[in-house]
Amino acid sequence: MNLTLKVWRQSGPDDEGKLVRYQIEDVSPDMSFLEMLDVLNERLILAGDDPVAFDHDCREGICGMCSMMIDGVAHGPQKNTTTCQLHMRHYNDGDTIVIEPWRARPFPVVKDLVVDRSAFDRIIQAGGFISVPAGSAPDAHATPVPKLDADDAFDAATCIGCGACVAACPNGSASLFTAAKITHLGLLPQGQPERGSRARAMVEQMDEEGFGGCTNTGECTAVCPKGIPLDTIARMNSDYLRASRKSG
Amino acid sequence: MAVSGAVLVFFLVAHMAGNLKIFAGAESFNGYAAWLREVGYPLLPHRGLLTLLEAGLVVAIGAHMWSAIVLTRRAAHARPVKYAAKVKSRANGYATRTMRWGGVIIFFFVIYHLLDMTFGVTNPEGHDATPFARMVAGFEPARWYITVFYVISVVMVGLHLRHGLWSALQTLGVARRYPVLKASAAVVSGLLTIGFLVVPLAITFGVVK
Ligand code: HEM
Ligand code: SF4
Ligand code: FES
Repeated sequence: MNLTLKVWRQSGPDDEGKLVRYQIEDVSPDMSFLEMLDVLNERLILAGDDPVAFDHDCREGICGMCSMMIDGVAHGPQKNTTTCQLHMRHYNDGDTIVIEPWRARPFPVVKDLVVDRSAFDRIIQAGGFISVPAGSAPDAHATPVPKLDADDAFDAATCIGCGACVAACPNGSASLFTAAKITHLGLLPQGQPERGSRARAMVEQMDEEGFGGCTNTGECTAVCPKGIPLDTIARMNSDYLRASRKSG
Repeated sequence: MAVSGAVLVFFLVAHMAGNLKIFAGAESFNGYAAWLREVGYPLLPHRGLLTLLEAGLVVAIGAHMWSAIVLTRRAAHARPVKYAAKVKSRANGYATRTMRWGGVIIFFFVIYHLLDMTFGVTNPEGHDATPFARMVAGFEPARWYITVFYVISVVMVGLHLRHGLWSALQTLGVARRYPVLKASAAVVSGLLTIGFLVVPLAITFGVVK
């Protein structure tokens, strides 16, 4: 199939940037979205142009690098799917596709579609860990965990830190990401000692980074490639409020 | 947002229940309005409790608007560069998307409404008439456009509550079991909307004269 792409090109953080139009022919429906961009880049390189910079690593939906806004939807049209797992069979001959980087003040554009998501790392550094010598993996059932808690913790732990939740949020809020981490650790026995201080530190870091405030629009869950549920945010709020009440 | 909104929800429930007294006749409705001004007398001064509630209401509305403005400004700050492609909403919720503008519309409605019913400025019967006379004159059939305006505004309020009710619980961290929660929010806002709507409609269609 033949497609028209409008891709955000920006040579560096200080460049203004603009959408640039490319025609691309003979796209196979079996290609992934990133492979389609690879083909575009090969042509650009052969023509002596600068290839489109985009982040990617695993290309199997587990690393969270392949951030891009496709036609106004984070990770494109397919639900619960990262861009690297989106395939061109979802498009038709003659389609025009607009590709942009995540837009948020705490995610500055590095180049083209690549943004700097270090803000997420700093939120994790603020409290997304457990300060006990963990040693080797514990014996199964040495510490009993109720099945339902284990399931919810595991679901929350599948967050790959891609940032789609921020990109899709009309408020530019990082609540779903932060809540996923807080839920994941806060549901397990190992996470209990630091449960309150963790929630406070991570929420405060999130606000400090300049993310917007959550108004529970649900746009985050809807685009999250891992389907992190919205009730993680209620858990985060509950942990945060309880900790704030205790220490004033 | 959540706390001030909750105060306003309690006001709306009481207000709706009070309005429904119109069906019990002029005497009952006027009596209720007079009672509002006299509760607690002589322990409290005349209009004592009412003034206190009104002050509380003003604080709650102020706090609600203030938090809405802070959130809107934070959102604008967090996304300095807009997307070129129109961002498609993937979550379902007309109510959710209209919170900000809906809130502004409700604000203008409340201003008009106070001029109409509380101060009687835009009301044909004026300020000195009884509350019942003001209501009946306000929604008389010839003023059907006022009724239409009220209907639209009250539906806006209903939509606002539909998202607002469960969102407040989520913000306060008590949200669990979403289907139950969202269904209750829809039922409560639906009942409130209907409870508010029947009064002006009944007057315009001549059921209450
Ligand atoms: C169609 C539905 C409604 C009717 C018929 C109605 C009627 C009235 C009347 C008659 C009063 C004056 C009461 C008195 O002087 O004792 C009043 C006051 C008021 N109404 Fe409504 N109302 C309606 C809906 C609403 C809604 C949806 C809101 C808010 C969003 C609202 C907010 C207020 C406020 C803030 C006051 C002033 C309360 C006070 O000063 O004590 N009303 N309404
Ligand atoms: S919550 Fe979902 S959308 Fe947000 S960073 Fe984690 S995986 Fe990505
Ligand atoms: S490249 Fe790793 S998730 Fe897409």
